[in-house]
Amino acid sequence: MNVELRNIHKHFGKVHANNDIHLNIPAGTIQGILGENGAGKSTLMKILSGFIQADSGEILLDNQPVIIHSPADAIHHGVGMLHQDPLDFPPMRVLDNFLLGRAGGLFPDRKTVARDFTRLAAQFDFSLDPDSYVDSLTVGERQQLEILRLLWLGARVLILDEPTTGISASQKEKLFETLRKLAGQGMSIIFVSHKLEDVESLCGAVAVLQAGKLVGEARPPFPTKKLVEMMFGREISLGARQAASSGRSVLELRGVALEDIRFQMSGIDLDVRAGEVIGLAGMEGSGQGAFIRACAGLTRPVGGRVVLNGRDLTGKSYHVFKHGGVSFLPASRLEEGLVPGLSLTEHFVLAEETRGIFIDRTAGHKLAEGRIKAFNIRGTPASPVESLSGGNQQRALLALLKSPLSLVLLEHPTRGLDIESVIYIWSKLKERCKQGAAIVFISSDLEEVLQYSDRVLVFFSGKVSKPLEASKTTVEQLGNLIGGKDWESLDLEKAHVKK
Amino acid sequence: MDTQTLIIGLAGVLFAAAPIVFAVLGETLSERAGVINLSMNGSIILSAMGGFAVAYKTDNIFLGFLTGMAIGAAVALIVAFASITLKQSQVAVGFVLTLVSRDLSYFLGNPFMGQPGPRLSSLSIPGLADIPFIGPLLFKHDLMTYFSFLFIFLAWAWIFRTRPGLMLQGIGERPAAAFVRGANVNRLRYFYTVLGGALIGLAGPTYSLSVKAGWNGTISGLDGIGWIALSITIFGGWNPLRAAFGAYLFALLQWLGLVLQPSLPGIPSQVLQVAPFPLMILTLLFVNIGNAEWVERTLAAMPEPTRRVTAKVLRALRASPPAALGVPFERD
Repeated sequence: MNVELRNIHKHFGKVHANNDIHLNIPAGTIQGILGENGAGKSTLMKILSGFIQADSGEILLDNQPVIIHSPADAIHHGVGMLHQDPLDFPPMRVLDNFLLGRAGGLFPDRKTVARDFTRLAAQFDFSLDPDSYVDSLTVGERQQLEILRLLWLGARVLILDEPTTGISASQKEKLFETLRKLAGQGMSIIFVSHKLEDVESLCGAVAVLQAGKLVGEARPPFPTKKLVEMMFGREISLGARQAASSGRSVLELRGVALEDIRFQMSGIDLDVRAGEVIGLAGMEGSGQGAFIRACAGLTRPVGGRVVLNGRDLTGKSYHVFKHGGVSFLPASRLEEGLVPGLSLTEHFVLAEETRGIFIDRTAGHKLAEGRIKAFNIRGTPASPVESLSGGNQQRALLALLKSPLSLVLLEHPTRGLDIESVIYIWSKLKERCKQGAAIVFISSDLEEVLQYSDRVLVFFSGKVSKPLEASKTTVEQLGNLIGGKDWESLDLEKAHVKK
Repeated sequence: MDTQTLIIGLAGVLFAAAPIVFAVLGETLSERAGVINLSMNGSIILSAMGGFAVAYKTDNIFLGFLTGMAIGAAVALIVAFASITLKQSQVAVGFVLTLVSRDLSYFLGNPFMGQPGPRLSSLSIPGLADIPFIGPLLFKHDLMTYFSFLFIFLAWAWIFRTRPGLMLQGIGERPAAAFVRGANVNRLRYFYTVLGGALIGLAGPTYSLSVKAGWNGTISGLDGIGWIALSITIFGGWNPLRAAFGAYLFALLQWLGLVLQPSLPGIPSQVLQVAPFPLMILTLLFVNIGNAEWVERTLAAMPEPTRRVTAKVLRALRASPPAALGVPFERD
């Protein structure tokens, strides 16, 4: 089925999530859609699959303009979407999941349905037991179930949103094989991903979205370098960096293994030295969140040892880590970092470990005034934290850090902040380094990672790279790595770096 | 105790459990759709009073039952409106409603206190009632008891065997997935909450016109039934058959409390009367203990054969609530 999108616009408040998007996907094509997080890929796909409606623009299926009111309406028109986390019912059986949503009599004819299911599954060589429960399936198998279901409902256009996150390599091969087969039968496949490698090996055409706009299209052979540049936008400039320090080890990870719902990581070895900054790069959800939480003692590693300042703290709680001089600033400032409803003064008083049950208001007020001045926070001691801007909330979090600290862990420390706040926050963090603290931070801004880190770890689908020297790494290399490309070259490079 | 007395006693258990069965089935339907109707305790008392009052005034016992259902449905409609449309806390709204309904029924029911009213007569099923043992146990009841048997199987078949029933499971489990399959999630939630409310409302007149005929205000002995029914719904794992089993277990414990009194003279009768409540709670704890993390850790440390058996038993007993229970659905 031919799919054509014309002049699609969508606003969410002030954000122009889709800005005048034109896209033509002929029948039988596997069309890749590339872009960073927040580039507008999901919005566009939600419009095509009926979850939301465009503010303006047209959708044409086989040259007929259609209006898609809901996902059920979309499948009626032949457009089916496979969501990143398959939209199924985990506690129900495979067969019930399969038949639910298809019109029919009061009592579904399970026998006929089971026959259809088995026949369809055999076509694609999927081995799914119709009587097993969905919560016992892997993500890859749940995807297969959804694909079969959508085909059974008559889908002629299949949208897949980040389908290769969380599935095994062999399942990915099978998925790609299936998609090629479907395209061969004249279906249109839309493959949304941020993984360059996948898109390049599968797709017959690629469109790149950036900040809501369609910034480029390409056909094989793909100009990888150009795609990376289009995805990450602007010209990238590296500032001056300071010399890497080689102090004593603050944190040692020895063969650490971590488990997440989506993947397992194992054999992580790392020495974090005093005064050093380590950046964690990777697309969101590639394992860096689990990694930084393990460094903070918030998640328990399933194997290996975590040693802080020479003390083995494996399996100890966050409080033990905190007493050992670790501090963690999570990405969700208001949910995990600050307490909405409490004022700045109350935050500073809470953070001070004083004795007694009554609060010394005057002392608290003085303390707050001092910190507000020192950290240049725009707010008063009585301001509730949720009234502050993001940059000022982040400054408040920094102002709450104890002194001295040996390890500061930060998740997206500058996300959504204006450039002035970014520079200010990093100057404060670098001060900490000079005092002997080590910093480990997650950022999706590659420029920031290379600019401020001494060494970089790259995460991709639960794989962790060896530490890379930031000064010897380019944005392009990093972009390729977080997209899952060029991992073979790493071992050589590592030998080179370690010398 | 001879067989005759035992059969009559057990038949009495089935009879006394009928209103609890209605209530747990109603709550099960509502919670399956994702809405907790916490007003149940008050709702049952109010519908008992209203049902009795209407039956007393009109001398039409069936109008009494219909009134009870209408009251239950109306209270449920308030819960549905507050939680589905206004997206407010189901717990807060339900709590207030349960208190208001209870006190309202004591206040409005004053004129009917202790009045002799109509009572549902028993209806033996010809032929079947003469079967030895089974006849007197199952087929010498009143209409509501028969309905309670019937509704258990209807509710079970609806939820697990029909297409709309599958969708009902879907909207309580993962509304977004039900939505992409074409369900109008909020409309269905309204429907099942109100339907469930009507069943809960049927429990009231089943007490005041049959099981505990009459209206006696605060000493009607109905306060607390709704709470126990609420816990039986959880114990029942949102499955009508298991929930009905819970209702019968509770009625059985209550009956045992009565019949054991003479043989256990050392124990004060109050203890035996109250015992079913803590016993139900203990059962609940046992059934759901597999959900706790510490149990999983203890299990992991057990030797393999023991671990496998224990884990299997716990897994079979354990029921997980509809995942979207109490969570409002918004289309993205």
